[in-house]
Amino acid sequence: MKKNLSKLYLALVMLFLYAPIFVLIVFSFNTTKSRSVLSGFTFDWYIKLFHNELILSSLWNTIIVAVIASIGATILGAVAAVGINGMKRLPKTIVMQGTNIPIMNPEIVTGVSLMLLFVFFMVRMNLEMGFVTLIIAHITFDVPYVILNVMPRFRQMDPNLYEAAQDLGCNGASAFFKVVLPEIMPGIISGFLMSFTFSLDDFVVSYFTSGTTQTLPITIYSMTRRKVSPEINALSTIIFLVVVAVLVINNIIERRNLRKRGVIK
Amino acid sequence: MKKVLAAPYLVWMVVFILVPLIMVAYFAVTTADGAFTFDNLAAVSQYANIFIRSIWLAAISTVICLVIAYPLVVILARINVSYQSTVLMIVMLPMWMNFLLRTYAWMTLLGNNGLINMFFGLFGLGPFRLLNTQGAVVLGMVYNYLPFMILPLYNVIVKINKSVIDAAHDLGCSNFQTFIKVLLPLSIPGVMSGITMVFVPAISTFIISRMLGGGSNLLIGDLIEMQFLGNSYNPNLGAAISLVLMVIILFIMVILNQFDDDEDRVLM
Repeated sequence: MKKNLSKLYLALVMLFLYAPIFVLIVFSFNTTKSRSVLSGFTFDWYIKLFHNELILSSLWNTIIVAVIASIGATILGAVAAVGINGMKRLPKTIVMQGTNIPIMNPEIVTGVSLMLLFVFFMVRMNLEMGFVTLIIAHITFDVPYVILNVMPRFRQMDPNLYEAAQDLGCNGASAFFKVVLPEIMPGIISGFLMSFTFSLDDFVVSYFTSGTTQTLPITIYSMTRRKVSPEINALSTIIFLVVVAVLVINNIIERRNLRKRGVIK
Repeated sequence: MKKVLAAPYLVWMVVFILVPLIMVAYFAVTTADGAFTFDNLAAVSQYANIFIRSIWLAAISTVICLVIAYPLVVILARINVSYQSTVLMIVMLPMWMNFLLRTYAWMTLLGNNGLINMFFGLFGLGPFRLLNTQGAVVLGMVYNYLPFMILPLYNVIVKINKSVIDAAHDLGCSNFQTFIKVLLPLSIPGVMSGITMVFVPAISTFIISRMLGGGSNLLIGDLIEMQFLGNSYNPNLGAAISLVLMVIILFIMVILNQFDDDEDRVLM
């Protein structure tokens, strides 16, 4: 009885989470623009989507910004984590508290505060907001996540390893690259992946710092303002399928690793 | 050992986080010409109703998220370990879609000729006005931010030793007593970070209210956005509103921290 109740509850939450997405997917194949009546099957919206210059160019912008910003944030953050780890207790605490600011601050405040800064300098230098400001803004909200992913790795690492490597004849640099770096690598990679997905997905901060440059979320936003546009349904379907594919692959890899380590059968 | 390595990051933080926040504060207390004034901050009081509405709707959404997420997480934590991560992944999957698309999905569902009203129409009911209401805004917040409640709760509850629960039962606690006296106190850190992670984005959103709330349910976020990119361009007033918003959030977090003496906050 209790088991069934649990299953029912789980099913209801799943229904709540997935119903809207599946409705979008179903209506992306609908021949008319109606949102409630299915009138026939078509791929037209997908074809229109792939001929939409604006969507393709903003997709391209999104990817470029996300790649550059996440690589930049990963380098800046990973290097910073090594430095922070070498700090004394008090400065370490202060810096880590500061790192939390952009995470805890509302996105809209991060967005408008950066906009104020950029506008202030841009007006004086006769420049306009665009790719550069977008990338700077993305690095700014990405870096804290890299640091928060890398720092715990130092805590898990045996501090004597670095010294042992030096005793065994490594100089400082090679001890770092051969011993410390492999230890913190998983944190760097998850920090990078987190940054990359946050950048791909960001709307609020980009909205205030992009000038006339359009990223995909900004284009989607302007499409939703025009009320009925089944192209969005087609776009949602594609994005949903990509997300499912990525997560399924990730899950398979994770399970394989767990199995290797004997955590599950 | 290599403290200097943190220097580029520290410079970056100062230039792109600290300075912009100081600029917000500066703009909030100056006129467009740069003269010192309290007028902007005083003008914020005109929008008290919008502030109250934002706090109220965000609070309702946070409570609903907690009420939905808690039993869900308890159920998840009991599932066989070998497919627990898979079920968790399925629950979290919608979060990976852009939130504009998820909100748009509700826009089409709730519309006057949307699927929900058509369903009511089958029974000769409606059409009801579902879109452009406060209820729709709350629904949008719950739908978008539910995962932010589920994750921190899950991270805490899954680590609670099962034998503690069993011990409470053995010692004569009912299910309800076990929940109040054992499970809930142990999960407070997760509850608190879940509340923060839902409340902060909910109180500062401007998309959800605009897409689902129509023009009549403005929130603080909409107000700020209008001062920077909208028709009523006034960055000084916008900065003042942002400043007040930050103070409100800080205040609420301080209150929340009183309930939570655990130093290790669970982040994501």
